[in-house]
Amino acid sequence: MKHEINFTLNGEAVTCAVDIRKSLLEMLRDDFELTGTKEGCGVGECGACSVIIDGRTVDSCIYLAVWADGKAITTIEGIAQADGQLAPIQAAFIEAGAVQCGFCIPGMVLASDQLLKDHAQLSRAEIRRGLSGNMCRCTGYQKIIDAVQLADAKRQADPKTVVLPHFNIER
Amino acid sequence: MYDITDYHEATSLAEFFKLAAADPKARIVAGGTDTLVKSRAEVPAFTGMALIGITRIPELQGIEYQADGTLSIGALNTFVTIEHDPLIQKYVPLLSQAVSLVGGPQTRHMGTIGGNICNAGPAADSAPALFTYNTICEIQGPDGIKDIPIADFYRGPGQTILKPGEVLTRFKIKAADYQGFHGHYTKFARRNALDIANLSCAALVKVHGEQISDLRLCFGAAGPTPLRMPVAEAYAQGKALTDATLAQIGQLCLRDTHDITDWRDSKAFRDHLVTVLPGRDITAALRGA
Ligand SMILES: Cc1cc2nc3c(=O)[nH]c(=O)nc-3n(C[C@H](O)[C@H](O)[C@H](O)COP(=O)(O)OP(=O)(O)OC[C@H]3O[C@@H](n4cnc5c(N)ncnc54)[C@H](O)[C@@H]3O)c2cc1C
Ligand code: FES
Ligand code: FES
Repeated sequence: MKHEINFTLNGEAVTCAVDIRKSLLEMLRDDFELTGTKEGCGVGECGACSVIIDGRTVDSCIYLAVWADGKAITTIEGIAQADGQLAPIQAAFIEAGAVQCGFCIPGMVLASDQLLKDHAQLSRAEIRRGLSGNMCRCTGYQKIIDAVQLADAKRQADPKTVVLPHFNIER
Repeated sequence: MYDITDYHEATSLAEFFKLAAADPKARIVAGGTDTLVKSRAEVPAFTGMALIGITRIPELQGIEYQADGTLSIGALNTFVTIEHDPLIQKYVPLLSQAVSLVGGPQTRHMGTIGGNICNAGPAADSAPALFTYNTICEIQGPDGIKDIPIADFYRGPGQTILKPGEVLTRFKIKAADYQGFHGHYTKFARRNALDIANLSCAALVKVHGEQISDLRLCFGAAGPTPLRMPVAEAYAQGKALTDATLAQIGQLCLRDTHDITDWRDSKAFRDHLVTVLPGRDITAALRGA
């Protein structure tokens, strides 16, 4: 059975007739082919599937697709800047060396970005608590926390500087 | 995909009653953090039926301070809302502290306090606080509205007195049940986040000088439902606040708990926690009081 829903996806108004049995994660990956959102556990334990819904970090694997109706949803595909530059938090993840296999990173980046938006300033303890719904099996977390601190420090230094130095990943 | 047959969104209580009457087998879903996990795990009672979404029903929202001092908390409030709500923080801070320890941020954004109680898990983190505040559950159904003390709401693990077509609408806490009390909650788990309590304990205490004038204790995961401690609570009345009293309170809790051994912990370890957590909670509650 399908329901027609309307919502805002990465800033764009969209309409979709979605199978009511689908999770938001399944709709994003299968119907919209936005495969940046990852499935880890499928039961709300790991945060790999995190997306931002109306300014809140949510696990899309335990969120019914039909619930998206009327909401504004941001996925990892939607956070780079309009001109294609990385978002400051993405650049900070690279600068801090916070990425290894990368599987947890879309969720980590979104959770971190929302955390920064929700707090004018963040302590390391607040970052730890804010990211405690996102698991990483590679990095040991320290460099991820470093990355969020770095992004926080850069915006404190010059709040008008939204754009961080461009990173060349080729090395 | 979830094994569900249909989905209905109720946008008012009246609409909910109509939908529930039309499909008696349909199940309520609020934040879905228990329902969808159980559906994914193919728990029989959570598959093969329609879901009725209730999160857009206005009657189940909001946190209100009523004229007589009663705090009325809509069942759909999420853990994040409850943790940060100024009325909750001012009048029933033990509840704010308890729900701050649920799951991870994502769980707290979606999980509702109504879902936590209706799911009736023995380790639900909002339950011990709600039990010590003598919370009243407001239930509405086709036959009208009724108020049930939370201690009478549970029938067993995962089971409540709710009948098909009924919905838990609000939690009510009377002024006399929070005024002058100090509270603390310990969730004893292996991890600080995304873990379920091996044992948990909420203490709500009132003192007169150096004496305990009122004590309420509730354990989570120490039996099939959250449990108040009538023997220890009666003993504490009028006792001097000493280490010996706290130790005796802990010992007397063993009369009312029903610890078991499961994959999380042994009965022996849980029994030990039962004897030490009340004293620690009482001390923490009174720190700075
Ligand atoms: C990763 C993860 C971690 C978790 N960690 C914790 C934790 O640390 N502590 C904890 O206590 N819980 C935890 N939970 C469990 C869950 O988040 C909570 O129990 C939550 O409060 C459930 O609320 P919900 O709105 O999501 O309920 P739902 O899943 O929507 O519903 C739960 C049950 O209650 C019924 N129901 C819901 N609302 C009503 C209502 N108003 N009237 C009648 N029936 C209703 C539903 O039919 C269903 O049977 C965790 C869950 C996940 C996925
Ligand atoms: S895939 Fe959603 S929380 Fe793990
Ligand atoms: S980088 Fe591999 S799981 Fe986090």
